[in-house]
Amino acid sequence: MTAHTAPAFKASDYKSDIKPVWCPGCGDYHVLLSVTRALAELGRRPEDVACISGIGCSSRIPAYVNCYGFHGVHGRSLPIGTGLKVARPDLTVLVAGGDGDGFSIGGNHFQHACRRNIDITYIVMDNRVYGMTKGQPSPTTEPDWDSALSPGGTGLSPFHPLVIALASGANFVARTFSGDPNRTTEVLVEAIKHPGFSFVQILSPCVTFRPDERGWKDVVHTAAVEETDDPARAARRIMTDDGFNIGILYRGNRAPYKLTGREATSDTDQLGEMFAI
Amino acid sequence: MSEDKATAKTSQPGPEAIESVEELLAHAYVIEVDAVERYNLLADQMEVHNNSELAALFRKLAGHEEHHAKEILERAGDKALPKLKSSDYKWGEFEAPEAAELDRAHYLMTPWHALQMALRAEKRAFAFFDQLVKTAKDDEMKKWSEEFREEEAEHVRLVEELLTRYPEPAEDWAEDPDPPVYLE
Repeated sequence: MTAHTAPAFKASDYKSDIKPVWCPGCGDYHVLLSVTRALAELGRRPEDVACISGIGCSSRIPAYVNCYGFHGVHGRSLPIGTGLKVARPDLTVLVAGGDGDGFSIGGNHFQHACRRNIDITYIVMDNRVYGMTKGQPSPTTEPDWDSALSPGGTGLSPFHPLVIALASGANFVARTFSGDPNRTTEVLVEAIKHPGFSFVQILSPCVTFRPDERGWKDVVHTAAVEETDDPARAARRIMTDDGFNIGILYRGNRAPYKLTGREATSDTDQLGEMFAI
Repeated sequence: MSEDKATAKTSQPGPEAIESVEELLAHAYVIEVDAVERYNLLADQMEVHNNSELAALFRKLAGHEEHHAKEILERAGDKALPKLKSSDYKWGEFEAPEAAELDRAHYLMTPWHALQMALRAEKRAFAFFDQLVKTAKDDEMKKWSEEFREEEAEHVRLVEELLTRYPEPAEDWAEDPDPPVYLE
């Protein structure tokens, strides 16, 4: 807590003029609040931040944040974010999207982004459903979720993103709940500050296709034990928790990827020379 | 076995942990700023969903809260308020006391629902300052807490008065003949 009366940036400075088109009640509104508050707490200038996304409801977020943004193609937000960070290491790069975008079509990129350990923060708003395309089960949907589009449930074991992230080499792993925006802000601040690939799963209810998820606010709970830098311990915790344990679960100390051999450049003439035949 | 058996909903301390007048004023200011952000977000949502009556109401509520935020800074005078980070908040709950419940918004909601939302927020703010009155560390903190509590009580009365103009909607208010959900 530092004493001063005029903060450099307010959360509202990071909110764009574009009005979100998410359904009223959607958890992603809370995530938007948390992202803008985290950037304000960090004091990053809007022009020093880039928000990259794929496709899906949550992937609309770059339009709503006042910083550089790129609304990419389905499942390819991480390659775009990786390329940007390598070319412009001075930027704070946030990659954002949903569980379908990140863990299904983008699942392979997710694993390799963890492995590369580039200094970016990947925020997944996990609502366990494809909302934009009207409610199909996603990789994280429970096997017995019964719906018009998955009668009787899929019967498939859900994807465990935190374990996959940890096993693949992510340097920071956390789970938060959108309805706890203060904690989410706190975790995002730590994730952005931590070197290397930071993965934050935000449980974000879809009130339209998964109204049952409104009940998440009654079941999420604070992690009772301290964060760890021991991946084996973190893996055991994540594998045995109930999926609603929120907080920083792993903070590793692996050095982030650094480009070697030549300096990164965004000069188009230099880039052109590299590709000249 | 999981190591996380003994868990709590939130680890944030409550208002009883507020130590000084400056910290109290900073919390009071954040409460109002948070309310402004949320009412504006709700107004945006209602504009997008073509619910202009409600958009205007939420925008008006945001304006009131913005006015309160400015008043707090003016009344604080030359006191140096700490810049609180999210980890410094002492709500004892997930959200700031006067937070409008974004998760309860609905595209067909009516002014009655919006005012009920505002009423719950004002009542939570009253309870927050009431708790501070009981746990204030000194007389000055108690005096400020009593003033804020009285203001919140006045806001509760105002919202209740406004609510008399809007009857509770029929039970089927959320029924949409062409809903966005796939029903076949």
